[in-house]
Amino acid sequence: MDDFYRDYILDHYRNPRNFGTFERADVEAEDLNPLCGDEIHMQLQLDDGVVRDVRFSGKGCAISQASASMLTETVKGMKLSDVAQLSKQAVLDNVGIGISPTRMKCAMLGLRVLKSAAIGRLAAWPDEE
Amino acid sequence: MIRTGTLLERDRDNEKLQRIIADFPILARPTSRGKRLVYLDSAATSQKPRCVIDALVQYYEQYNANIHRGVYEIAARATDEYERARVKVARFVGASPSEIVWVRNTTEAINLIAYSWGAQHLRRGDAILLTELEHHSDLVPWQLLAERSGAHLRFLPVDERGVHVLDDLDGLLDGCKLVALGHVSNTLGTVAPLETIIPRAHAAGAIVAVDGAQGAPHLSLDVHALDADFYAFSGHKMLGPTGIGALYGKKALLDAMPPFFSGGDMIRRVRYENTIFSDPPRRFEAGTGNIADAIAFGVAVEYLQNLGMSWVREHERALTAYALERLAAFEPRGLAIYGPRDPDRISGVISFNFADIHAHDLASILDTEGICVRAGHHCTMPLMAKMGWSATARASFYVYNTPEDIDVLCAGLEKAATVFAR
Repeated sequence: MDDFYRDYILDHYRNPRNFGTFERADVEAEDLNPLCGDEIHMQLQLDDGVVRDVRFSGKGCAISQASASMLTETVKGMKLSDVAQLSKQAVLDNVGIGISPTRMKCAMLGLRVLKSAAIGRLAAWPDEE
Repeated sequence: MIRTGTLLERDRDNEKLQRIIADFPILARPTSRGKRLVYLDSAATSQKPRCVIDALVQYYEQYNANIHRGVYEIAARATDEYERARVKVARFVGASPSEIVWVRNTTEAINLIAYSWGAQHLRRGDAILLTELEHHSDLVPWQLLAERSGAHLRFLPVDERGVHVLDDLDGLLDGCKLVALGHVSNTLGTVAPLETIIPRAHAAGAIVAVDGAQGAPHLSLDVHALDADFYAFSGHKMLGPTGIGALYGKKALLDAMPPFFSGGDMIRRVRYENTIFSDPPRRFEAGTGNIADAIAFGVAVEYLQNLGMSWVREHERALTAYALERLAAFEPRGLAIYGPRDPDRISGVISFNFADIHAHDLASILDTEGICVRAGHHCTMPLMAKMGWSATARASFYVYNTPEDIDVLCAGLEKAATVFAR
């Protein structure tokens, strides 16, 4: 698990991409991991059903924050309907290294919030689908 | 390394400590990475000595039978052992056996008080006084009771170190029917000044229910001398199995309380139309109890009694002092230690954060070194919000911990600093 904390993970943790809030978003969602209290808020601006821009805010561990940060880069330019279909694997591909089962929820929180924004209701945990 | 007593006393103590460690099979098992298990999460649940594990197996292998019913030999033995365990647990806290109700855990005990005593006594306009330190299990049941009864909650404040502020205690107690508070904070280790709060609560006409989940495992207890009205505790945090705990209640209170759960084993006489209930404690023990775990809980408190609770307290005090001293050396590098920072005011719990390393990441890195610490909000979300912490790491100590465990923890912190320095 200590291998997980690669340079790029720590970089995303300390310098999160697309971090902040829009004054106006087309869709948004937030959630927290009740086990640890990590929080993520995601906002999307759309053009014709395509993600034009994205902002996230929140607080939590390196895994939850870096995973969310990397996801914001993934979804820019993506169709909202495709965002709704994103699977656990999208996050695992981003972070690139094994996550222990005890930390899986941390990694999946950002994706869950993003999918919730896309479908307009609280999405299932991606690792439980 | 423990800096109390003479050299000779320390050596003798070390021998005792080695014997204790040998009693806990799990501590001899290396982790999957081949590390020694350094268990610093006893505030979540304690490890179990061999004698407790054996007691469970013995019941199932030798005299598994239901209690309070059978006339045959093994049923009589099961009943006898179950009731003997009640006597042991009662003695351990200074109560009479008739004042000890078996429950699943502290949470169930608190719910029992809220539903039984609470429904009977609380009315619209009454106040319930809690403290800002309470665990969710000593907060949520009272929130629900307040909703049901129309009573309202008040909170005794704590300062920035998590120490109870008693300045306005009498004002807060005015109009109060019930004071509910933890004996020891599971997040910061603060020991509540019960000897001050309880008499003043009584003078104001309130009863006092103590959440003893973190108190009973660590401190010498005499509930009669303390004059607590209720004292709730869990077996699994004091070397016993999960799924068994106890509620101490003053006899006069228990006698006057209606049942919480109802069904078999809590009745004296049942007609189709109505029922006469048993006397306490059985009035509150509907259905087949947790026989094996209750018996093993009795063995656990016997083990603690043999160690001596004053030894347990002194051992943890010395460990806490040593840990505070070692951790202080990391402060220039961004380690923040929370809580009272006074080994005499805390009971075997230290909460901390290390630089910009989130507590969960820290716990994951420590885990790779075989070190078990808790990370998160510790089921005290309102306290965390008040203090402005999103999460903390928590190391908690018990009878089997050594100064070497703290040395390993500090080496783990060094490793975390290296990982996050990249």
